[in-house]
Amino acid sequence: MIGLLADVVGRVSDQATTSTTTIPVPCSISSGGAKITSVCSDTNSLHISVAYRSILPVLVLVIGALALLAISAVLPKRSRPGLYALLTVAIGGLALIASVWQWSDIGNINAHVPAGAQAALNYRLAHQLTIGQQVFYDRFSVLFMALVSVATILGAMTTDSYLRREGLDGVEAYVLMLMAGTGAMLMAASAGLIMLFLGLEIMSISLYVMAAYHRRRTQSGEAGLKYFVLGAFSSAIFLYGVALVYGATGSTQFLEMANFLGANSLSHNGILLAGMALLIVGLGFKVAAVPFHFWTPDVYQGSPTPFAGYMAAVAKAAGFAGLLRVLDMGLSTQQANWRPAIWLMAVLTLLVGSVMAIAQRDLKRMLAYSSISQAGYVLVGLQAASSTGTAGALFYLFTYTFIIMGTFAIISIIQGRGEARNDLGAVRGLAKRRPLLAAVLLVFLLAQAGVPFTTGFLAKFYVIQAAVQSGQYVLAIIAMLSAAIAAFFYLRVALLMYGTEGEAVAGAPGVSGGAGVSGGAGAGDGSILAGLQPIPSLDGATATATLLDPPAVDEKVRLPVAVALGICAAFTIAAGLSSPMIDFARHATTLFNLK
Amino acid sequence: MYAGFLASAASSGTDLANASAWAVFLVGAAMILTGAFGVILLRNPVHCALMLVITLFGIALEFIDQSADFLAAVQIIVYAGAIVILFLFVIMFLGVDRREAAGPEATKFQKPIALILGAVSLVEILILSQVDHWVSGAPSVAGRLDGPGENVQKLGQSIYTRYLLPFEMTAALLVIAVVAAVVLSRRQQPGASELRAADKEKLVVGPGGAE
Repeated sequence: MIGLLADVVGRVSDQATTSTTTIPVPCSISSGGAKITSVCSDTNSLHISVAYRSILPVLVLVIGALALLAISAVLPKRSRPGLYALLTVAIGGLALIASVWQWSDIGNINAHVPAGAQAALNYRLAHQLTIGQQVFYDRFSVLFMALVSVATILGAMTTDSYLRREGLDGVEAYVLMLMAGTGAMLMAASAGLIMLFLGLEIMSISLYVMAAYHRRRTQSGEAGLKYFVLGAFSSAIFLYGVALVYGATGSTQFLEMANFLGANSLSHNGILLAGMALLIVGLGFKVAAVPFHFWTPDVYQGSPTPFAGYMAAVAKAAGFAGLLRVLDMGLSTQQANWRPAIWLMAVLTLLVGSVMAIAQRDLKRMLAYSSISQAGYVLVGLQAASSTGTAGALFYLFTYTFIIMGTFAIISIIQGRGEARNDLGAVRGLAKRRPLLAAVLLVFLLAQAGVPFTTGFLAKFYVIQAAVQSGQYVLAIIAMLSAAIAAFFYLRVALLMYGTEGEAVAGAPGVSGGAGVSGGAGAGDGSILAGLQPIPSLDGATATATLLDPPAVDEKVRLPVAVALGICAAFTIAAGLSSPMIDFARHATTLFNLK
Repeated sequence: MYAGFLASAASSGTDLANASAWAVFLVGAAMILTGAFGVILLRNPVHCALMLVITLFGIALEFIDQSADFLAAVQIIVYAGAIVILFLFVIMFLGVDRREAAGPEATKFQKPIALILGAVSLVEILILSQVDHWVSGAPSVAGRLDGPGENVQKLGQSIYTRYLLPFEMTAALLVIAVVAAVVLSRRQQPGASELRAADKEKLVVGPGGAE
């Protein structure tokens, strides 16, 4: 046996490596033609090169969070309102700029890949697997870093007015948001299970606290506790999976796992399968895929509304980034085993999410189930296990960020102080009171329903196309069926806003029969036009609206929120018309190809 | 397949060493299980916390069995020494005598289902451990155990070379912990921020707020 090991060492040592960071030591694994040489802790070498460029946006967020804390300690207690939000937007902007720079920098790296498989691989390993091989510097990571930066900017813009309305103004919310973003970025960039787990924890723990941030609402505390207990449980499951996969493959690094599994066929792969299943469970919890979704409605309902949007965008994206890294890179040789599992999860997620959403009377709960169903489409893309599918999934996640954060921002406006109104009735007659707001919400709803000329349509199209290309016709049909079911509850909200149908939410609280029907009939004609071409609300219309909506709340839209909503809506429509985004997503799918 | 594991085992491997390692493992496992069952079965929270110490000592023993001496020491110092003391402190602080009234269960069949699922997964893991090979043959990232260098030295090298970034990023967790503690424990400031009773009334009752 020692001889065998020595043989392996000997063969590896023969391989000359051109790069400076890789050392030919016994911890290399050989596979087929190409060899991956890892930096192992050679007892004589304590040097590690840290390529800061590969984690630039992460550094911006972390340093920004610490700077915010420091600034808040120096400033007087009642300082300029909105200052922290402004700084957070600036930090997010810097991170976004950094990730754009990274994108072009990777373009430079890619332009100089030498010819020859082995040379190209060595070159890529040296330049794109950085900081002790813990982080990938590829466009996949960068796309997610941009996504998180955007979500942070939008989140800070929409959070400010919510926090001020609720009297929760403070620096902590923004620090937590930045830290959650840090964790999400690290998850997306992770090159191994250890980094992935750390990112997961950094993100999750911030999100637990954000869920419980509204201290005077008992629901918020409940949401935080629920999320924390279940999340800690899922983290433990994930860790167990890490341990089993490490036991089966001998490494926690995705590339080394893939290399080992590619070079050796396991005669008994029970441990590997068990570990893989546990990893899927742990990450499936974070993305709220169906058998592991039970926390979602309660947590979204209880969390402060803008934070719920941030969770839906960032946690989902990071969870899927982790799933893609683990399944598409680390366990890419095990496709035959994980694809059926993901297939089943996708089907359940699509159907349960959209069917349950119909039954909801609470806007945030409805959106929670809707976000579950949306996760199902990303699973469809993941299940295809092709570059088309991955590109579709990335596109979906990126565009969904704008849609869901915009939707939650609007809900945080119309729910009023103390989150008094979250029921469906709150949107009744919105087109009369706030035509522009209603129109923007309509855009988001249509996008989520997958109506053409929005990003939602393209996103669904790409993932379903990927499913068809990989021969998954049943899955494609189920996905389209689910879109049809989901259209019902999105359009119901739209109808309520435009007040054409009094009976749509009969039984929803706050709608008294007679007023609802007559008011609905009165508001009926031509109001869709009114929404698309915003007109100032007339006195008569206002009176009707007041009759319909007893607890009319202060629906003033502050400038930052308006800007954020404008960005979200503009992106949703513009990127839905002609989309360079899918090209970005396609560029980002060039994961390491080991062949 | 077995190269990595067997190579290290073969160099030190006599039957006697194996037997003693096996015995230490059994003792450690017994301690871990005793402690774990004690934590969930005992009624007095202080006893539960003390049972946790037994579990943690058992884990330390297993670490020693795996030649991870440093981890064993850290396990005892940090977990048994600091964290359980913290638990005890909190329990004492909240009052030892207070007994949580266990509310009615959400669903009647929750407990049996949980028991069945737990038993099934335990059996699955046990079967896997019997049927499967647990060694992969892939070399350890930290280098050979019987190679040059002390335990602590290897750990330090791992942390400051290959795992530098994860190690540094754990600092983010500490920042979050501090901020979270501030957020969750700070008393709400009265005054302008408070949701006033009058406003509440306005929200619930009626059209007064409509402008």
